[in-house]
Amino acid sequence: MSSSVKRFLLLGAAAMIAATAAGAAETGHFGYGKPASPAEIAGWNIDVRGEDGAGLPPGSGSVNKGADVFSEQCAACHGTFGEGEGRFPKLVGGKGTLKDDRPELTVGSYWPFAPTLWDYINRAMPMPAPHTLSADDVYALTAYILNLNDIVPGEFVADRDSLPKVKMPNRDSFIWTDPRPDTMAKPCMSACANPADVKISSTAEGRDLTPRTTGPLDTMQPK
Amino acid sequence: MPAVSKQADSPDPRLARRSFLGMGAALTGGLALGARPGQAEPASASPPADAPWSQSIGAGVVDRPYGRPADTEAGVIRRNVPWLTAGTESSISFSPLQNLHGIITPNGLFFERYHAGRPDVDPDQHRLMIHGLVERPLILTMQDIVRFPSVSRIHFIECPANGGMEWRAAQLNSLQFNHGMISCAEWTGVRLSTLLEEVGVKKEAKWAMVEGADGAHMNRSLPLNKCLDDCLVVYAQNGEALRPEQGYPLRLVVPGWEGNVSIKWLRRIKLGDKPWHSREETSKYTDLLPDGTSRGFTWLIDAKSVITFPCPEKPLSGPGLYEIRGLAWTGNGKVKRVDVSVDGGVNWQTARLHEPVLSKALTKFTLPWRWDGTPALLESRVIDETGYVQPTIAQLRKSRGMNSVYHNNSIQTWQVKPDGSVFDVQLG
Repeated sequence: MSSSVKRFLLLGAAAMIAATAAGAAETGHFGYGKPASPAEIAGWNIDVRGEDGAGLPPGSGSVNKGADVFSEQCAACHGTFGEGEGRFPKLVGGKGTLKDDRPELTVGSYWPFAPTLWDYINRAMPMPAPHTLSADDVYALTAYILNLNDIVPGEFVADRDSLPKVKMPNRDSFIWTDPRPDTMAKPCMSACANPADVKISSTAEGRDLTPRTTGPLDTMQPK
Repeated sequence: MPAVSKQADSPDPRLARRSFLGMGAALTGGLALGARPGQAEPASASPPADAPWSQSIGAGVVDRPYGRPADTEAGVIRRNVPWLTAGTESSISFSPLQNLHGIITPNGLFFERYHAGRPDVDPDQHRLMIHGLVERPLILTMQDIVRFPSVSRIHFIECPANGGMEWRAAQLNSLQFNHGMISCAEWTGVRLSTLLEEVGVKKEAKWAMVEGADGAHMNRSLPLNKCLDDCLVVYAQNGEALRPEQGYPLRLVVPGWEGNVSIKWLRRIKLGDKPWHSREETSKYTDLLPDGTSRGFTWLIDAKSVITFPCPEKPLSGPGLYEIRGLAWTGNGKVKRVDVSVDGGVNWQTARLHEPVLSKALTKFTLPWRWDGTPALLESRVIDETGYVQPTIAQLRKSRGMNSVYHNNSIQTWQVKPDGSVFDVQLG
């Protein structure tokens, strides 16, 4: 930034501070916007941290209550026991399948942190009316789904203390640093392969999976 | 499929058009396009000196006050794969790359990804809150945000699932459906670093949680150093206000990183000392490896390229001279070189890069090619400014197996058959 621009910005900030003398000590460089009050922050602050449950609110919910809430709010898409309906996600099962040819990624088989489940239900579910459940109901649903996955017993009660202590089966199978680049191709320019070895291993021709790309939108049925 | 080469030889434009439509029908499984109503066919075999539109007066200036594409371009639209997702509210649409030219995606064709449908946000009510480990928690209106110093940058956004359906095998015979989860635009807004300086970052802050105002309250964790480096909080795209599909009135743009971190309908930024491990960054946008372990926080879009002409949607019309055209990009910065092969990777030629070559933006490349009508296997391979070379699908599988779903940046192979038709294939 040039010094003249800096001077200009400083002058602008000074003018702003003079104009809003009351909050002068609180404003930033530009002084735009208004300070967020503790009450406003509390209203917006919905996030819950996966690792330690930071942000979990007061309240609690049992597995049994969760079964009732689930049948009312969730079963239509996820099945009565979390088995999934149609192409909506399964919430249960898949344990031990992560090395398989067709792994099943569910809360039980894949999710590393239990508080993340509370956060996601609270944040985004039920899909037609997100963020409308009470904290108690979200705790109850979390307990029920964990129980369906045999991660907690039937008498488990989820709350801000118990949930972070739940160890998820796949907890230790993630690395959180990106090791890429993980391919080290060399940019060969000529005679890079024997032409006789260049063979087509798969083709999309004739597979009947591709929607049309001209005319109106395709309404092809599930495959 | 009829022999495509015949249409070029036809002296009669009407015949040529019919033959073209016939080809379209064959490609699309019997879709009838029919004649365009209200438009006269040229009467003679040779092109008329004066077509009907040359002998009449046209519509006035505000006949279309916003404007729209020509009626004959009505098929150039975003499309989805209906069988891919349970519904359209948590789904993806694909840009029609086969119909686009240059590096900028028109706003109406920019790919869509929703996690809870498209909200229609009232800009007068919308607020951005910045809080957490900051000195001065702040609430900003749209009017406030527009007052900050503005910047405009051209960047691509790519969904990391782009090409994900091809991890196991060639499945979708289409450029649009195999590569259309990428688009590129000029974004205008304010640097995220400017906003963070304004609220004062506390020294314990290492991460930011960014959150949308959609029904998913879509959120992701981002390292603070990326936020301070090149992230933008934008309100305009290609010169006009963002469209609702792209996060109106406010979104984040995280250049070079997977698209889902560029949170749309941005409403909250919270600084913290650790990542949040939200559902989207634990159970969704992670990469499952063959040994059962997974990689999280694989944000970077590795270098990737694709030939956009010819492609399954745009076959060749007989032997002769063509310009192979394509797009290349890398989250690492700039594209340095693109090579093209017409024999399945045995021999390569370096393509011409077209200006501008911008950091974390689409780059256009071309290479003249005289096609002799024999079968060909077309490929492009990008090398970025870090020296990273785009891998083959076989190299990628060797490193990551078959279950990663995301971050398939492998070389695309198009098979050209003697009739000029083009198919999506993979080489063993």
